Amino acid sequence: MPTDTAQTIARLEGVSKRYGAVQALDGLDLDIQRGEVLALLGPNGAGKTTTVSLLLGLIRPDAGQVSLFGLDPAERAGRERSGAMLQVSRLPEVITLREHIELFSSYYPHPLPLEETLALSGLTEIAGRRYGGLSGGQQQRLKFALALCGDPEVLFLDEPTVGLDVDTRREFWNVIRARVAKGTTVLLTTHYLEEADALADRIAVVDHGTIIAADSPAEIKSRTAGKRIRCVTGLAPEAVARLPEVKDVTRHGAALEILAARAEPVVRALLAQDAGLSDLEVSGVGLEQAFLALTRQPRKEAA
Amino acid sequence: MNAVMTRPLSATTRTYLLEARAEFLRVWRTPGFVLPTLLFPLMFYLFFGVLLAHGAHGLQQSLYALGGLGSFGVIGPGLFGFGVGFALDRGLGWLQVKRASPMPATAYLLAKVLMAMMFSCLIAALLFAMAAFLAHVSLERSQWAALGLTLVLGCVPFCALGLAVGAWVKPQAAPAAVNLLYLPMSFLSGLWMPLQFLPAFMQKLAVYLPTYHLGKLAFAAIGVQPDAVLPHVAALAIFTAVFLLVAARGYRVNPPSNG
Repeated sequence: MPTDTAQTIARLEGVSKRYGAVQALDGLDLDIQRGEVLALLGPNGAGKTTTVSLLLGLIRPDAGQVSLFGLDPAERAGRERSGAMLQVSRLPEVITLREHIELFSSYYPHPLPLEETLALSGLTEIAGRRYGGLSGGQQQRLKFALALCGDPEVLFLDEPTVGLDVDTRREFWNVIRARVAKGTTVLLTTHYLEEADALADRIAVVDHGTIIAADSPAEIKSRTAGKRIRCVTGLAPEAVARLPEVKDVTRHGAALEILAARAEPVVRALLAQDAGLSDLEVSGVGLEQAFLALTRQPRKEAA
Repeated sequence: MNAVMTRPLSATTRTYLLEARAEFLRVWRTPGFVLPTLLFPLMFYLFFGVLLAHGAHGLQQSLYALGGLGSFGVIGPGLFGFGVGFALDRGLGWLQVKRASPMPATAYLLAKVLMAMMFSCLIAALLFAMAAFLAHVSLERSQWAALGLTLVLGCVPFCALGLAVGAWVKPQAAPAAVNLLYLPMSFLSGLWMPLQFLPAFMQKLAVYLPTYHLGKLAFAAIGVQPDAVLPHVAALAIFTAVFLLVAARGYRVNPPSNG
């Protein structure tokens, strides 16, 4: 049995999981190291929530191995050392925050003092309020408090800021950062590259149930950095896609939108092949577009 | 080293008590649960047991209503508090949050049973007070005790029924499903009026309803219809076992979801 100093907190090896016709995970491999903040980045339906659910023992894999602290995640011992913030529709609304946290704290062998949990999640002033009367950001903070109250070694945060406005999201990041500063390991899922970049030491990009890239945020960003070229051309998108340096081509009405690592060779080739090319524009790539290119999913419109 | 650290007993007890308190408060603070569970039996007793109970058989009617509506009353918390509550927890994500925590699985179910028992105690106490002070029912101390015990323990099979309903029915549909069971079952089991006022075929049907057997035990406890206790206890035990099997099957077919 691994000891407490083991560096690997959790591991998934060749894990597959199918829901009916949907292959949620397809041979996924992932390690979470002690002390790191790992962001699982991917579009909706990529398999992020399934990964977290497996690590928490909420579901079983169809194939492959999942372990948490070297144990089967179904065992209670692992859950006593972890905290989870899930995407769920509803918590009991007529229970006050203090009552919610008091109950959850009692599940853990060495919980944080109640007042500390409240303070860390920024809920001290509203501890007597009922869950149902809270704003979206406050409700997320309570879910975070429930994940935190057992003083866990690892936090699983499944889309912690989904649905929050920009300011609330940034406030929430600070709450998470304060915890990370204490050395807590974090697995975060998100479909915002900006969020992964702001919080994580390492980003694993997941798409169609497998990890397609795992690296530092800087490396992921540099790999996705590039230029966006827009022009009206008679060339077929398939032909343009074959040009060197081109990562992705999408059609927008009469225009083509091309993502490329470098713009110059592509523009040169385009002009050489199509004398009638017009409305040429070159600009930097936004983070979300870069991410879309990385998942190599041709999309009609940036959704 | 032992892989499983045993929790101190006091910590476990505290979890169970806090869990039960949270369940009780959830129902207590939800008017949609607390009004039908508390007010219906009391209101019916006011009509059938107090206002309409006069003349030669008045006292007999007050007694009958005490046993019948007492039984009716303790079915409510099991079906509404437990059943609808479980359907919501299972369908909208709360159960997932709890399963991801180290909550002892038994704490969840036991807390809901304790909640139902607390409400049953409350309903029984209020009905007893109405019976004694408004309807002037007088019983031996042992009879009050026997009825009280019957009612508080009698809510358990209906917790199992609530669990079964909650395991199969969608959260939005749960209140309607529970009402469809609650009111007809109570009526057809003679909890509102004696069975002899119902058509003969309906009287024969009653024996297949768990509510009938709870009613029989309640009536026996206060001497309204002296009867052997054991067959009805056995019937309720069988119903409970069947409901639990149905619930377990439903839980496998409709596992908890994040909603």
